[in-house]
Amino acid sequence: MNRLAVELPGLSLKNPIMPASGCFGFGREYAQFYDLSVLGAIMIKATTKEPRFGNPTPRVAETPGGMLNAIGLQNPGLDKMLEEELPWLEQFDVPIIANIAGSTVEEYVEVAEAISKAPNVHALELNISCPNVKKGGIAFGTVPDVAAELTRLVKEVSAVPVYVKLSPNVTDIVAMAKAIEQAGADGLTMINTLVGMRIDVKTGRPILANGTGGLSGPAVKPIAIRMIYEVSQAVSIPIIGMGGIQTAEDVLEFFYAGASAVAVGTANFVDPFVCPTIIADLPALLDELGIDRISECIGRSWKTGAHAVHCRA
Amino acid sequence: MIGRERMTVASQRLIAERTYELTLSGRLVQEMRQPGQFVHVKAAASADPLLRRPLSLCHIDHKQGQCTIIYRQEGKGTALLTQKQPGDTVDVLGPLGNGFPLEAAPAGGRALLVGGGIGVPPLYELAKQLAKRGVKVVSVLGFQTKAAVFYEEEFAAFGKTYVATDDGSHGACGRVTDVIEARSLEFDVLYACGPKPMLRALAERFPNRPVYLSLEERMGCGVGACFACVCHVPGSETAYKKVCSDGPVFRAGEVVL
Ligand SMILES: Cc1cc2nc3c(=O)[nH]c(=O)nc-3n(C[C@H](O)[C@H](O)[C@H](O)COP(=O)(O)OP(=O)(O)OC[C@H]3O[C@@H](n4cnc5c(N)ncnc54)[C@H](O)[C@@H]3O)c2cc1C
Ligand SMILES: Cc1cc2nc3c(=O)[nH]c(=O)nc-3n(C[C@H](O)[C@H](O)[C@H](O)COP(=O)(O)O)c2cc1C
Ligand code: FES
Repeated sequence: MNRLAVELPGLSLKNPIMPASGCFGFGREYAQFYDLSVLGAIMIKATTKEPRFGNPTPRVAETPGGMLNAIGLQNPGLDKMLEEELPWLEQFDVPIIANIAGSTVEEYVEVAEAISKAPNVHALELNISCPNVKKGGIAFGTVPDVAAELTRLVKEVSAVPVYVKLSPNVTDIVAMAKAIEQAGADGLTMINTLVGMRIDVKTGRPILANGTGGLSGPAVKPIAIRMIYEVSQAVSIPIIGMGGIQTAEDVLEFFYAGASAVAVGTANFVDPFVCPTIIADLPALLDELGIDRISECIGRSWKTGAHAVHCRA
Repeated sequence: MIGRERMTVASQRLIAERTYELTLSGRLVQEMRQPGQFVHVKAAASADPLLRRPLSLCHIDHKQGQCTIIYRQEGKGTALLTQKQPGDTVDVLGPLGNGFPLEAAPAGGRALLVGGGIGVPPLYELAKQLAKRGVKVVSVLGFQTKAAVFYEEEFAAFGKTYVATDDGSHGACGRVTDVIEARSLEFDVLYACGPKPMLRALAERFPNRPVYLSLEERMGCGVGACFACVCHVPGSETAYKKVCSDGPVFRAGEVVL
């Protein structure tokens, strides 16, 4: 029995741990540190149709327990992804979840159709929530009807299951999740970063050249947990959870909230070995808590009670 | 190979205003080779501050199994580092990046090393390795003021060393470029590390010469994965280099400063 195995649409994972999009490049750098085949899956950096340089620097700023980033979806574009990055990843026994982004519906659809046909791409992650691009992106992620329509169009062309990445920068995340579920999404991933800003006290100007950036890291974990707790009770498609995960305990917290797998982002920068370390630590933690399989933990925070608690502050 | 290790503090001392010399010992030292490479240091055991801090290798001693970094206390991370006592451990990831190309300096040739402020430290290991290869080393070190000056004698051990301060309180008054002009310093190759305006001035002053510059940029991962530290390549909208993994040392003209 593999106690860490989880099943999600398109994804039979040996363990539920995967690096989050944008925090692992295309795997090349971290392959210096360990065999990527130990990972449950890999969420690769967002792909757009054409190569993108992204935003001017500085692109990162630190905050207590977190960081702001405004990379601006820098990536080598669809062609290079299909010709170089995805084939390179085929040497590892690990399913790839391809994160896709665009400025127009047409661009999303074109990228989705092409990339979903790559042999090692097992699922798409539709990034409708990147806070760092001026055009598109955010609008797709904040208006339920727009997000639903995009989901429907991408579902039509995709050869693999489609997960939609939710933005926390909305007033009603449940409404958004429901609209996307109804449009045919196979799963949800959440949360993307929260829009924030830091100002340099010496210059009086924002530290990031882009002004605003997306907050990630341990500081956002309680928000991610709360949102997954709410959304998982309102939809029946699975959730891949993320936001501030650093340890095996954090992973379990996400499962209890309602996630069926998790992604680790910012923590890779702090400790390049964080993913294999969490995978190695999980069995002992399950033993300690008397849990047979990690999949038993999904939604336990609200399933064990007589009824779900509503604790929206 | 890049590794991660809890290295042990061998010593730490204040060597100039807010400037500390920290010597660490550990296995990782054996992986450190090139002057200009850096280490990514986690200052706190907790998540605050969260990110690692890039700091250049100033001295690599394979025999003793020790490396030295020199840093200036700026914010939270470096303030925490000043608290480290001998015997304490420091979480180090490294060595990272591509350093100064030694082979650019012909044996018997002349290398001009130009450092500004906290850009001076990586030039020390460079001076040492160049001198060992029989290259004639001349160093020009710029600081804000007398109290900030460090390693003047250490550099002098490897060749003629000029110091300039912005306020003239020590050495020549003015900038490093003023010293190069005033002394008509000649070179076969120039290596520099310091604030961007200084690097830009050098690149403009010596176009089409072998000039190697070490850049600074805010970093996330330090290993090339997050795209925080990119700079443009001249003549292209989308081409880029990453300071952490393609640099931090670039030949002048290779990237947009
Ligand atoms: C390749 C490289 C080598 C360096 N070598 C040295 C060295 O040998 N000695 C030395 O004193 N300093 C060096 N620096 C600068 C040093 O990294 C910063 O001074 C340090 O990160 C400041 O951290 P802090 O916590 O004190 O400041 P804070 O202001 O609290 O830092 C906040 C955030 O900004 C980043 N940051 C702040 N200033 C810089 C900077 N100048 N460059 C890059 N990131 C910055 C920090 O890493 C951190 O993520 C180097 C920088 C780079 C990129
Ligand atoms: C530097 C950086 C780049 C990111 N790039 C992307 C991206 O390209 N696409 C995307 O969907 N999310 C991106 N994200 C968001 C992460 O995938 C993740 O949702 C978020 O950071 C929360 O997880 P964490 O706290 O573990 O980092 C990025 C995050 C960071 C820090
Ligand atoms: S710091 Fe992450 S790519 Fe350079």
